Amino acid sequence: MLQTYGPLLIFAAIAAIFPLATLWAAKFLRPRFTPTGDKTIPYECGIAPESDARGRYTVRYYVVALLFVIFDVETIFLFPWAVQFRALGLFGLVEMLVFLGILAIGYVWLWKRGAFEWV
Amino acid sequence: MPLSHVAFLILSAVALISGGLVVTRRNPVRAALWLIVALFSVAGIYLLVKAEFLFAVQIILYVGGIMVLFLFVLMLVNVNVSVRQAPFNRQWRVALATALLLLAELAYGFWRGAAPRLKALAPVAAPSHPLGNTQAVGMALYQNYLLPVELVSLLLLVAMVGAVIMAKRRFD
Repeated sequence: MLQTYGPLLIFAAIAAIFPLATLWAAKFLRPRFTPTGDKTIPYECGIAPESDARGRYTVRYYVVALLFVIFDVETIFLFPWAVQFRALGLFGLVEMLVFLGILAIGYVWLWKRGAFEWV
Repeated sequence: MPLSHVAFLILSAVALISGGLVVTRRNPVRAALWLIVALFSVAGIYLLVKAEFLFAVQIILYVGGIMVLFLFVLMLVNVNVSVRQAPFNRQWRVALATALLLLAELAYGFWRGAAPRLKALAPVAAPSHPLGNTQAVGMALYQNYLLPVELVSLLLLVAMVGAVIMAKRRFD
């Protein structure tokens, strides 16, 4: 168990420590003063922010998120098939093509309907 | 105490604490971020019982997909309004009673079923498969459960169409 997932544990530990260490080290490098005026405004590529970021967003983001989740689920079903690709053989391949074919119908419909276009 | 027990205790403690923080935060964005911590620790527990496929699904689907959906939905509502609202509605007493009843039921089931076997110190682990978890899931899904798998793609198709129809009607 530990032999297999030891590297993963070390990876997770480094990922957790790195941002904390960077912020801690930056404390010693940066000049000490309290920002005032325009410096307290969130940096937005040089443009002055128009409103609070916690306002309401357009419903289009909802469609993007939902479509992402749907294709995410599709990907999940590909993994167990891919690791057993040889054992499942032609039968498995046809099965997966039917699975993807049904979803491709949806994909084409989405495309025609213009769900991928922003305007 | 074996290392896997220590890992289980840490992971379940993190899951419980972050789960508690999810329901008590007033800012829904913060609650959603705590939910990510809770989901990650549950994923770790899946790994401990050698359910590697479920571990990957938990991270890819729940932490990756469902959390994106949650945060996007939160962006559609006005977060600033919900911060000022009371975090619990007036039915919290009924909810607490129901939760306590459920807890009693679970505790009784555990006491009658699992506790005697835990005393016999049988290490609890998923039945080991000669192939490995993901491979076993693959064989089961694509050999024994052919029709349900194909039906899943139909279900996804319905979800796809439904999502677009529901949202598009508003701005067509």
